Amino acid sequence: MSKILSAFEDGKAFIAFITCGDPDLGTTAAAVRAAAENGADLIQLGIPFSDPTAEGPVIQQASIRALQGGVTTDKIFDFVKELRSTVQIPLVFTTYSNVVFSYGAERFLAACKEAEIDGLILPDLPFEEKEEFLPACRKYGVDLISMIAPSTEKRISMIAEAAEGFLYMTPGPAVPDTNSQIKTDPAHITEIIRRSTNIPCAISYDTATPEQVAEMAACCDGVIAVSAFVELLEKYGEDAPDHIGTYIQTIKTLLG
Amino acid sequence: MTNPNGRFGIHGGQYIPESLMNAILELEEAYNYYKNDPGFNRELSELFNEYAGRPSRLYFAEKMSKDLGGAKIYLKREDLNHTGAHKINNVLGQALLAKKMGKTRLIAETGAGQHGVATATAAALMGMECVVFMGEEDTIRQALNVYRMRLLGAQVIPVKSGTATLKDAVSEAMREWSTRIHDTHYCLGSVMGPHPFPTIVRDFQAVISKEIKEQILQKEGRLPDAVLACVGGGSNAIGSFYHFIEDKDVQLIGCEAAGRGIDTFETAATISTGKVGIFHGMKSYFCQDQYGQIAPVYSISAGLDYPGVGPEHAYLYDIGRAQYVPVTDEEAVCAFEYLAKTEGIIPAIESAHAVAHALKLAPTMQKDQIIVITVSGRGDKDCAAIARYRGEDIHE
Repeated sequence: MSKILSAFEDGKAFIAFITCGDPDLGTTAAAVRAAAENGADLIQLGIPFSDPTAEGPVIQQASIRALQGGVTTDKIFDFVKELRSTVQIPLVFTTYSNVVFSYGAERFLAACKEAEIDGLILPDLPFEEKEEFLPACRKYGVDLISMIAPSTEKRISMIAEAAEGFLYMTPGPAVPDTNSQIKTDPAHITEIIRRSTNIPCAISYDTATPEQVAEMAACCDGVIAVSAFVELLEKYGEDAPDHIGTYIQTIKTLLG
Repeated sequence: MTNPNGRFGIHGGQYIPESLMNAILELEEAYNYYKNDPGFNRELSELFNEYAGRPSRLYFAEKMSKDLGGAKIYLKREDLNHTGAHKINNVLGQALLAKKMGKTRLIAETGAGQHGVATATAAALMGMECVVFMGEEDTIRQALNVYRMRLLGAQVIPVKSGTATLKDAVSEAMREWSTRIHDTHYCLGSVMGPHPFPTIVRDFQAVISKEIKEQILQKEGRLPDAVLACVGGGSNAIGSFYHFIEDKDVQLIGCEAAGRGIDTFETAATISTGKVGIFHGMKSYFCQDQYGQIAPVYSISAGLDYPGVGPEHAYLYDIGRAQYVPVTDEEAVCAFEYLAKTEGIIPAIESAHAVAHALKLAPTMQKDQIIVITVSGRGDKDCAAIARYRGEDIHE
């Protein structure tokens, strides 16, 4: 069984993203520990990429700060191995296809296994291109996490049927297209997913009040804070871990 | 040449966020329908001929040929098209396609501003809204084109992220598209990005080689020995090469921007210095470091200042059908000045990279051999920057 499932065993899961090395790996380690101690169920560790095309300005800036700080894929693998001595919750890497491709898929996934990384999220790898990395992921027991965006019923089912680990759902655009076959309502999307698979489904949010987050969580199995931790790290730097702890407690209380 | 998944050998593909997949699939379906639709093709031909001024001339550069003392040189004058570059071919095709798809808004990235101006032009003509993303650095280098786009009714958004150049403008346009696909078409300016863009843009630009072939057969009764074009993303080059790919005796030569030289970090020569990677929706060659971080590239030419190359070029290179040569800033500037003085034609600094290679190649060839150089755009936009390069400060 995928270790990722353990993140969803105790009520709604709280998942958050952190860019490794922003502002330095020591702070990242403290932030991840604070998150785990305060009830985060899964952490997405971002390996920064120079051109994160699927990300907004907050993550773009964090990626630049981390790369300028000198972090590399190799340093991050060493860092996670060290981190694993104190952090037991599931960890997944989030990065871009070129970071994995240039390292070599086989070599990258072997190193993931060694560092006890449980999953891999690549925002620029849609269903159609999964074969690029899926064989190596399978070989080393790392779940390749699929993303679901507002889409047609057919496409949502297609992705859900082949999904592993958990499903990462991104909410729809501000102005939904009422004339098309595209499903934008998260509750409706989850309903379609449920017909195809039992694996957990978490929805991502960028800016939302804790109350709004709790509301979003109602239709699925967990929530993903895309930029909340990154913003706290940007604002408080080395002091961010305390603020991260407080933030999680607020959200977890509301999630129930 | 394209297989169903949009692959050119190992290159191409659709490496994009899930949030863009519907837009891409919708575009692919629409294009597969309209590309064979006689009505669509009739309308597009009429726009090409009546509005853009096609066919463009294939001009025998007699003085230049004599001066170099080797091959006969012909210039394919894409600089004479409406808006002053080959970009209009692709833009008219995509704008017409977008309109048929019921889209009311065009967004585009631009480097030198030529593609932005062309997109703004097509939007004005077809009554569509237009937003152009342009690296902040480039809005300064190409201020005149920014004004031109605004004059045509487009909104120009300076992109400050990353290196604030062409690659960042592409990223920003992709981000914008994923938040608004219901009424918006992303009018991508080169043979790059996710499938079906490399195929769509190539098909609309292939008119260049179709005309060259007809014109050279009429003038010379034979095919050329070499076709030269500059390569950034590679749209004018693939357009110039396409109908010659099966004619194995025609050498196809792409001229990349080497900036200050391929042995420096200040270069944009992707095939000469890059390696295979995945970026901006495609697998192809990219300038990158050992960890796959995309390299900040440099060229005097804003239009060639891109760290990747279209996947079909990557494939033509892999199979040895086309060769790609680096051309430095200095060589391009000399060619810019040479063509102005020798033929009375001021080429775009991008196109001057192809002219520069011809200056080396022509003298090594026989007098009965033929070179075609695609002059992809005109150089008015570059005059101030070239003057600066030569140490002269002029105000536009």
